[in-house]
Amino acid sequence: MIEENVSLPRIHYLNSHYGWKSWLFTTDHKRIGLLYMISITLMFFLGGFFALLIRLELLTPQADMFNADTYNKFFTLHGVILVFFFLVPSIPATLGNFLIPLMIGAKDVAFPKLNLLSWYIYAIGSLFTLWVVAVGGVDTGWTFYTPYSTTFANTHVIAATLGVFFTGFSSILTGLNFIVTIHKMRAPGLTWFRLPLFIWSLYATSIIQVLATPVLGITMVLIAVERFARVGIFDPALGGDPVLFQHMFWFYSHPAVYIMILPSLGVVSELISAFTWKRVFGYKFVAVSSLMIAIFSFIVWGHHMYVSSMSIYAGMLFSILSYLVAVPSAVKVFNWTATLYKGSVSYDTPMLYALGFIGLFTIGGLTGLFLASMGLDRHLHDTYFVIAHFHLIMVGGAVMGYFGGLHYWWPKMFGRMYPEWWGRLSALIVFVGFNLSFFPQFIIGYLGMPRRYHVYAPEFQVLNVMSTAGSSILGVGYLLPLVYFIWSLRYGKVASNPWMAKGLEWEAASPPLPENFLEQPVVTEEAYNYPIRPAQPTRHTGRLTSGLAQPADTTGKGREAEVV
Amino acid sequence: MTELTLLNALFSWAALAFRLPLFPEQASANAPRVDALYFFMLAVCGGVSIAIVLLIFYFAVKYRRRAPDQLAEEAHVPIALEWAWIIIPSLFFLSFFAWGALVYFEDAKAPKDALEIACTGRQWMWKFQHPDGQREINTLHIPIGKPIKLVMVSEDVIHSMFVPAFRIHMDVIPKRYTEVWFEATKPGTYHMFCSQYCGTEHANMIGSVVALEPHEYQAWLNGAATGSLALRGEGLFNKLACNGCHTGDAEARGPYLPGLYGRNVQLTTGEVIVADENYIRESIIKPGAKIAAGYDNIMPGYDGQLTEEQIIELVAYIKHLGKKYDQFEPVAPPTAPAPRPAGQNPDQTLPTGNVKPSATPPATPSEATSPRPAPEGARPKAN
Repeated sequence: MIEENVSLPRIHYLNSHYGWKSWLFTTDHKRIGLLYMISITLMFFLGGFFALLIRLELLTPQADMFNADTYNKFFTLHGVILVFFFLVPSIPATLGNFLIPLMIGAKDVAFPKLNLLSWYIYAIGSLFTLWVVAVGGVDTGWTFYTPYSTTFANTHVIAATLGVFFTGFSSILTGLNFIVTIHKMRAPGLTWFRLPLFIWSLYATSIIQVLATPVLGITMVLIAVERFARVGIFDPALGGDPVLFQHMFWFYSHPAVYIMILPSLGVVSELISAFTWKRVFGYKFVAVSSLMIAIFSFIVWGHHMYVSSMSIYAGMLFSILSYLVAVPSAVKVFNWTATLYKGSVSYDTPMLYALGFIGLFTIGGLTGLFLASMGLDRHLHDTYFVIAHFHLIMVGGAVMGYFGGLHYWWPKMFGRMYPEWWGRLSALIVFVGFNLSFFPQFIIGYLGMPRRYHVYAPEFQVLNVMSTAGSSILGVGYLLPLVYFIWSLRYGKVASNPWMAKGLEWEAASPPLPENFLEQPVVTEEAYNYPIRPAQPTRHTGRLTSGLAQPADTTGKGREAEVV
Repeated sequence: MTELTLLNALFSWAALAFRLPLFPEQASANAPRVDALYFFMLAVCGGVSIAIVLLIFYFAVKYRRRAPDQLAEEAHVPIALEWAWIIIPSLFFLSFFAWGALVYFEDAKAPKDALEIACTGRQWMWKFQHPDGQREINTLHIPIGKPIKLVMVSEDVIHSMFVPAFRIHMDVIPKRYTEVWFEATKPGTYHMFCSQYCGTEHANMIGSVVALEPHEYQAWLNGAATGSLALRGEGLFNKLACNGCHTGDAEARGPYLPGLYGRNVQLTTGEVIVADENYIRESIIKPGAKIAAGYDNIMPGYDGQLTEEQIIELVAYIKHLGKKYDQFEPVAPPTAPAPRPAGQNPDQTLPTGNVKPSATPPATPSEATSPRPAPEGARPKAN
């Protein structure tokens, strides 16, 4: 993309105030978004570091680098940090915070102080977790299954559960804030079906955050209570029920999967549209599918428990519901694919991430069908097949979406471009590394290697070596953007809307002004109203076409393309 | 079905070509049913994935932006397509559901004539009790061609019984019986894993299922009473009250022994050594020589109190508890019981098993019957 004569606005949200107080006491949604971004980036690399250590240990069937206890702590911290402190807040708290007001034409979120509070709560939760890391770790697995966690583990379980408990509140407050903001603060003329799909997906995410997270909070407190006061809730030795814990845990943690993936689905919808210069095909279906996913996500948790001694009839019900939740996900994939049809497809970095996302999310989703099947899950439960499946969704899906979104909105956030060539290279490295890391794990899983094993049967070694090799490539792919993003803050080419993308957020300055818009924007058309050929060239002139390429037949490009 | 066979052949070829295992052995009546569903879903989902990826590639290349200001083209896609890709996948999903539920349902209840074996899971071992009272740890002998029902309970945390070759899986829960059943179809030795994370040595809570021809199983049942090396070692272990300290509990005064053999042990000196036969032997007769980190030097030495034979038996027992994957050790090793001259090198007398079924000939009646009377307490006692 070439943008001519772009300059940064004289005063924007980054330079309007200086000093640490202007950041730590800010109520500007954009600055809070950046606070979140810095925090979750730290957590991302910490959790990723543990993943690398895990993969290193798994190079050989024996325990070479770490003993059992250390390994168990590593995979626990890897899961706790990346699930609760990276994936759950990732897109909503960073891109969501930054973009929701911009996308709906508002000055800020509905409750700016609550927004800041949610970051502080997140920080407290993170400190608990970092403290756990510093003083010796926790070894229950991120799932905290009872009665191991409440009675048998000798590690810092209470501190870890409190960390999760606190960060849950930050998630609830963010969700609440977004719901109110999206309901009450949309610009005049911005009706529900004119909203960007990213907003729809964050709205659906927020519903889950508000309704499901309290159950996680309660569950974490109950673990702490049973561990501390020996009240029999989950431990059968005290009269409790260990399977009850699983019901409570998954009642949050299955919907939580959608907290992680729904925002990415929204990001990808934006990217597909922006890099084909086309309205997303079947907009209403894609929008409503986000809500359907959110609703269904609450009634499928039992598919984690087919072999937990749950009634088989309950299992059947959960199984069929789990297949239902796959339908709206499939709808999205088909619609994205159809959007490419006759689009003007460009291969900028965010689009590479988006295309990679579609492939990986499709395979991740389809392998979920294997696990939703009771007959297959009896073999696959708790094997590496499960690990591969959910990493495809959470890393191949959620993280790819987050990275794609970061690249796409980076010029919006900082007014500067990252180096495009390096961006494409990193997208490619991430894709290759990811596939090499996780595809062998499907095979290892079907062969029967259980998860959370630091020693394993020698016949699994070749595939494990492949996986470890992939993980180191993946690590490079994640480090590259860290370097060039930081580089670009100072040296990147100044940019305003390098993609010539539609949407209210691109109407604002890059970086946005402290108050986002000088005048209240008025919306007269739906999102993604890109001019198309051979449509009327004058139909879409006006405010939203500023910065866009001139319609085709005034430049003669239309004829050229028709020949092709 | 031809596609499935074709796919199967393709994968077998791939497995051979790359020397990679791709599918676990099918060793139970249930396994082919699970695999058939797996191949069906693999064919459908694989086909869909490939189709979507190809379509994306095709569109992305065909409709690439050839000039920086090239706009999207007006496209007329019928909205009926939306309903098509809602309804058609739903039908496939329903078929997956129905087939999966059927596979599960068929095997949910054990047949009435199933042989019932009790299984107790604890941190970190599997204990089995056969109907006739034979007990085993981390090894389960079963006859092929007969439904076997495991009635399982845990002594501490949740474990999960997983035998990949049988495609079965069931959680083992404290204070509650759970059941799983299977019918082995092929003699051999198969992995048995705990798949539910259960604490420090979770990855070593493993063992093997030894599937025997019915007459061999009968012989094993008889032979198990007379005792193999390891079995006699176990009797000795209990008689000498070793199990008083090596309880396996978290607060035990003695180190935890199962899984010890072949593993690295950190000593109080900070040194790390491999627990081989010699180390185990030394730790029995001169426990103070090398003390495992975290334990006190309180064990009495048995130097001069045990015959070499007895030490061999104890070492064999501890090795038998060892669960290095390639050294699964059936309780009744075929060559065990012949009396051997004193002073023989233990390394030569201790048979090493192998997880490959072909390398572990099942115990036969003549071999499994020991000419020597079983020592007192040789009856294996779970510990």
